[in-house]
Amino acid sequence: MTTISSVTGSSVPGSSVTGSSVTDSQVGPGKVGAEAVVVRFAGDSGDGMQLTGGQFTLSTALAGNDLATFPDFPAEIRAPQGTLFGVSAFQINFGSSEITTAGDAPDVLVAMNPAALKTNIHALKPGGLVIIDTGEFTRRNLEKAKYEADPVEDGSLARWDVLAFDISALTMEAVKPFGLGNKEALRCKNMWTLGLALWMFDRDRQPLVDWLNAKFAQHPVLAQANVAALNAGHAYGETAELAGPLRKQHIDPVPSEPGLYRTITGAEAVSLGLVAGAQLAELPMFFGGYPITPASAILHHLVKMKEFGVTTFQAEDEIAAICAAIGASYAGHLGVTSSSGPGLALKGEAMGLAIMTELPLVIVNSQRGGPSTGLPTKTEQSDLYQAVYGRNGDAPLPVIAARSPADAFECAIEACRIATQFMTPVILLTDGYIGNASEPWKVPDPATFTPFPAHFLEGPNGPDNTVLPYTRDDRGVRPWIRPGTEGLMHRIGGIEKALGTGNIDYSPAAHQAQTDARKARIDGVARAIPAQDVCLGTEGGTLAVVGWGSTFGPIHQAVRRARRRGLDVSHVHVRHIWPLPENLGDLLARFDKVLVPEMNTGQFKTVLRDRFLIDAVPLSKISGQPFAIAELEEAIGRFFDGIPDNEGGVVSVNDTQLPAPEIEQP
Amino acid sequence: MNDMTPVTTLKDWETDQEVRWCPGCGDYAILKAVQRTLPMLGADPKNTVFVSGIGCSSRFPYYVESYGFHTIHGRAPAVATGIKLANPALDVWLVTGDGDGMSIGGNHTMHVLRRNLDCQILLFNNEIYGLTKGQYSPTSRVGTPSPTSPVGSVDRPASPCAFALGSGARFVARGYDVSKDLPEVLQAAYRHRGAAFVEIFQNCIVYNKDRFDDFTAKAVAADNQIQLRHGEPLLFAKETKGLALDLETLSLKVVDVADGDWQAAGVAVHNVRNRGLAHMLVEMPFGAFPMALGVIYDDPAPTFESAVVEERARLTAGKTADLARLLGKGQTWVVEDRHAQ
Repeated sequence: MTTISSVTGSSVPGSSVTGSSVTDSQVGPGKVGAEAVVVRFAGDSGDGMQLTGGQFTLSTALAGNDLATFPDFPAEIRAPQGTLFGVSAFQINFGSSEITTAGDAPDVLVAMNPAALKTNIHALKPGGLVIIDTGEFTRRNLEKAKYEADPVEDGSLARWDVLAFDISALTMEAVKPFGLGNKEALRCKNMWTLGLALWMFDRDRQPLVDWLNAKFAQHPVLAQANVAALNAGHAYGETAELAGPLRKQHIDPVPSEPGLYRTITGAEAVSLGLVAGAQLAELPMFFGGYPITPASAILHHLVKMKEFGVTTFQAEDEIAAICAAIGASYAGHLGVTSSSGPGLALKGEAMGLAIMTELPLVIVNSQRGGPSTGLPTKTEQSDLYQAVYGRNGDAPLPVIAARSPADAFECAIEACRIATQFMTPVILLTDGYIGNASEPWKVPDPATFTPFPAHFLEGPNGPDNTVLPYTRDDRGVRPWIRPGTEGLMHRIGGIEKALGTGNIDYSPAAHQAQTDARKARIDGVARAIPAQDVCLGTEGGTLAVVGWGSTFGPIHQAVRRARRRGLDVSHVHVRHIWPLPENLGDLLARFDKVLVPEMNTGQFKTVLRDRFLIDAVPLSKISGQPFAIAELEEAIGRFFDGIPDNEGGVVSVNDTQLPAPEIEQP
Repeated sequence: MNDMTPVTTLKDWETDQEVRWCPGCGDYAILKAVQRTLPMLGADPKNTVFVSGIGCSSRFPYYVESYGFHTIHGRAPAVATGIKLANPALDVWLVTGDGDGMSIGGNHTMHVLRRNLDCQILLFNNEIYGLTKGQYSPTSRVGTPSPTSPVGSVDRPASPCAFALGSGARFVARGYDVSKDLPEVLQAAYRHRGAAFVEIFQNCIVYNKDRFDDFTAKAVAADNQIQLRHGEPLLFAKETKGLALDLETLSLKVVDVADGDWQAAGVAVHNVRNRGLAHMLVEMPFGAFPMALGVIYDDPAPTFESAVVEERARLTAGKTADLARLLGKGQTWVVEDRHAQ
């Protein structure tokens, strides 16, 4: 695929895009033959925007388009209706070529109330289409959104195509035959809107009808009403096309590899990957978790997979969750725990115990904005230091980072493999963006996976029938010994221990030798992971953009565009954060410059500088938002503009992107 | 199931490790009592796991020839939960102290009890932090002088047995380090299916010496302790006194027993399944009342690990572990191979 999806080329306030990519693809509604389109649904958190977005995503996937989504919802469960901080939004970027990000600026905005309009309209591309439900533009709602005048009438929306009409009334009309109460009838508004969106993008309604019938199987009247609303919205499109700015457009399917596909979120992918990993290790899995946003979703998924030998345990706190997982690993299961930043901090001491007792353990960290409670529902990559360095003592453990929802599946398997093969805790980093976003996933065939069966010691391994739990093999790995095994009784713990026997030993020699052994074993993991590749570009040159985690999509698109403009830039995306791939230092040395964009203040940059003594230039974004492609493109451009010392730095706060930072908090 | 009861002796439960408690520490007596009890129970070293936290008491696993896991401060109940859920066939013993189990690990103690994980919890209560050199603990009596309370501690102590009952424990017992009755209490704890909580008063001869002498010293033991036995009257002081229910205050009172006629004196009969009585026995203020020792409460309920096993069986009935099917679940679509054929 050589074409790019370039819906996101418009300039972003707060940054100055100078590239030419802006001009090559001014697509918008009504322009037939667009490669990709960004649509944002925004409404009150009670309006069902996430559901609408999710179903639109599914219909998009079924139509064969590639896509990426970004759900953004308030931290409050039910924020007061109609308020600015209660706005919930869902953005989808879909098209006929490879899509790797949710897109920068929407082409179409659906605003279900004044607050949704206010918090999202400035993100819309100039000339973009905004669809407004005037039924919700009452004086009360306008006041709640802090509008002094009705924006639909005062001309302030002149930069955009406006399609304003009373969706509420049209929905009520459509569902009238079903005799629903006012409240229930209005609940069908999201389906009406979805129907309109399906018409706009030439989508089949049948899968949605099937889904509604299944969802409301117990309440056929609700199913019929929702289907009626969906059909009414669709029919409205036919009519409005003649009169207004609305145009039907068809986006060609992506030429993708043949096979079975589904959409998948990062949380689902991690859960499935853990189950697959445990199966490949031929072990039952024990998952200890404690509710925390946004990691809870993994526990929600795993409780439904118990037939795969999964035991789930909702613990009393984060510490108990990891300690129980360690206990289960000690007893011969694959222990797994998951959390988000603050929870990971609580687990720190127990990770040290797993390191000292050399037991396998997988720790999933869905990163969110921090420190402390920080931004629970927003995304950030600021737990890298915590993952790599955040424990007392010299306490190394492998760290892996997933780049996308689908990639999280493979990463979870990789974490299980390293944990069981090297008898070590492993941290898998995802983030709020990966966890919640969804993308199409080609369902893999388990028969193609390479098993890595775990082994347990079954008989004495020392002289005179003794057991030596801390005897290491040539990779520095000790045997895994399950309680219940005849003749292998032994004691382990968090205290420093003698080589071989594992008996308590505080001696200087023992601590030196064991510290060295723990480090050497983890360093050795580098020999059991794939060499670092260049995912776009060449194995050397002027500039390498080095990323990790969920920045993959925007970096990839930005590098692709820069290369199209003739810039000598390559994209390197690192999965194995610790230990780093053995060839990474040599690879990066072949570039004149290295740029490291991160959603933190430069944590991976520090690791790269420390390991390879290279002048890695940081590009930071710490607003709880993913990078916009345009921001990265601009940052790449500064390496080629001839102006000295203007590279890197901090991306300025962007108030048109999801999640919008100007939303007022109570 | 292999139901062959293993034959072991005290010696089989000793390790080659040099015991490193202070000479004269009450922990030695408790270790011997446990090692003496295990053969009586028919316990099998290979299926026995001792799990501990941090503190003097938590060194215990190193000295028992079984599987042992010396974990981190306060977290032994959580580690034990993982072990037992992973392998319900294991006999799990938890060894903790008043600092480990009631302070830093209080939360986990509460939850392992309310969940009713099948295990024995031995809480060595010496009313002091020993390993960190003598600071007052959550069970220290008001006025306890220590490095962190030079003029005596001011905070009020917790009562481990009352805490355990309040947390929903289905077995609560008490003993002390050198008591000849301790093995009997340990056996009852072992036989109880579910979380069995045993508070063992333990003499820290360095930082809190002879703290329990007012009911353990030979001269006063008979008068100041009451040994509880199911179905027997609540008598003490060589059967000259007993505990009776005061119907006006709905609490226990001490009554004199003349000529052994405890019935006439209204002395109550101990019933280990009476939860109300258990609450009263653990709440008795020492001094006006004797110290209640032995099995205070023993009323089994379904255990956590069996509930987890049953739940899994319910959820997985008729399902097979088909990974390919799992991965391809949900709404899917097929992209045809246009170049095929």
